[in-house]
Formats: sequence, C-alpha cells, structure tokens
Amino acid sequence: MKTRRVAQYGLLIALALVLSYVESLVPAFFAVPGVKLGLTNLVVMVALYRMGDRDAIIINLLRILLVSMTFGNAFSLMYAAAGGLLSGAVMILLKRTGKFKMLTVSIAGGIAHNVGQILIAMVLLGTWRVSYYLLILWWSGLAAGFAIGILSAQVVRRLPESLFNGGQR
Amino acid sequence: MRDHKTPLKKRYDLLLLAALVLVGLGLTAFVLLSRMNSASDGLTVTIRQDNEVVATLPLDEDATYAVQGEDGGTTNLVVIEDGTVHMEEADCPDQLCVKQGKISYAGDSLICLPNRVVVEISGEDEQALDAVAK
Repeated sequence: MKTRRVAQYGLLIALALVLSYVESLVPAFFAVPGVKLGLTNLVVMVALYRMGDRDAIIINLLRILLVSMTFGNAFSLMYAAAGGLLSGAVMILLKRTGKFKMLTVSIAGGIAHNVGQILIAMVLLGTWRVSYYLLILWWSGLAAGFAIGILSAQVVRRLPESLFNGGQR
Repeated sequence: MRDHKTPLKKRYDLLLLAALVLVGLGLTAFVLLSRMNSASDGLTVTIRQDNEVVATLPLDEDATYAVQGEDGGTTNLVVIEDGTVHMEEADCPDQLCVKQGKISYAGDSLICLPNRVVVEISGEDEQALDAVAK
C-alpha cells in the first residue's frame, strides 16, 4: 500500500515536470509576466479529486519545488510558491465544501494563482501600482482555470478507478 | 459525476462564477476610469531597481536611462520619447518588458521581473490612486 502511494506520487510529479517543460516550449503570447495556461495544475486537480486533500497538498508542494529548481531560480520559486500555494488552498477549501463543480474549483484556483503572484510581486517590487497587471492576470487566470478545469474533468473521468484506489480499500 | 450536476450545486457554481466575473469587471472599470481621469501633462517616470528609486524623470522630456546591474553593466535601457516610455533593451532571457511596448498613462508600468526593475508613470493624483489600491 505504501509502495503504491510512493509510486503514485512519483508518477504525478514526473507528469508535472513534463507538463512544465512542454509549457516552457510554448512561447509567451502576451507581454505580461504570469500569463500562461498552467498545465501542471492538471496534476494537482487529479491528485485532489482522485487521491485526497493531503496528497494534493504534498504533490503541490513537491512540484512547485522541483519545477522551480529545474526550470527557474530563487525568484521564480517565490512567484511559483505564492501562486501555487494560494491556488492550492483555495481549490482544496472550495472542493471541501462539496458545493462546487470541478470547473468552478479550477477557475477559482486559476484566479487565486495569479492573485498570489501579484501579491508577491507587490512585496518584491515594492509597488502598489499593479492594478493593470491584476486586471490582465485576473482575466487570464479565469480563462486558464476554465481550460484546465475542462481538461481535468475529462482526465479524471477517463482515468481508471483502479489506478488510484486499487489495493487501498 | 452525475451528482455534480444537481441544480443546487449549479446554483453555487453560478453564484461564485458571477462574483468572480463581477470583480473582474470592477477591476476593468477601475483601470479604465483611472486612465480617463489622469491628465497627460506633469507626469513623472520613476525607475526602481530592487525596491529603490534609481531615477525620476519627467515624461514630457525625451531621455534615455541605463539601469546598471551589480557588475556595472547595463541591465535595462529605458527610453522616454514623445510622452511615452518603453524598454529599448533588457539583458533578461524572456524580454517581456521589451515586448510590452510603449506606456504613457499614469499608473502604467513596465516590469522586468528577472532584473527586479520597475518603470512606472505617476501623476499628481497618485496619492488618491494609492489610497484606492490599498
């Protein structure tokens, strides 16, 4: 059982790394830092809906650390952590209420991710005048969350039940 | 998945999504309004690096400012031209600040995250804007 969990974590984190790499190959379409699809969030959604809150938190933390160490630096780690942790917290809380669809959870998570990045940017850059960025990142977070939400709902529906629950209950 | 589509759940979803869209529209209105109200003259360009102001220049005078890195080299080249500001060059890999193009309104900013350089335009109403933003 324990081995199985370790393997599942490894699988999902490896997938997160691959998705980050794939995303880094796509050139930035907008001249605003932070506007991106956030494909790795797919992994967090799968963990959240197929494994559990605790597993989703652990996988979220590990993928933030590993992706930043592989593709980024100390500053990108701070941005990734601020966005990823806020988004993870919002998605877990919304999911726990049991009142929202995956799509809604993902959209709120996408926006929360970008709000977290704006907040850390305010601290690091020492400026309050980021309303323009917040505006763009709010809508881009909504759009990215929508896309990832649809994708995750499909993936979670198609993944065989036995992949995550087999041998545990 | 069928239980995710019951009317009760849908209502919560719609409420939350409507709230998120409303906040987004509010932000849009706020940014558009603050632009319309800002006068185009008497604006200043503030260049900051690592949280410290390194230069303050008037927007209505053409100028070029080179932001120096720790090793003495130029990290970012800021150009003020015809009442607009743009980043002419940057030594960072993503070049997002260069791609951002020209800015000319109070409250606009060019941000280079890798070099921690912020170029922003501020006007007389900046204190009022700050109060709202806080």
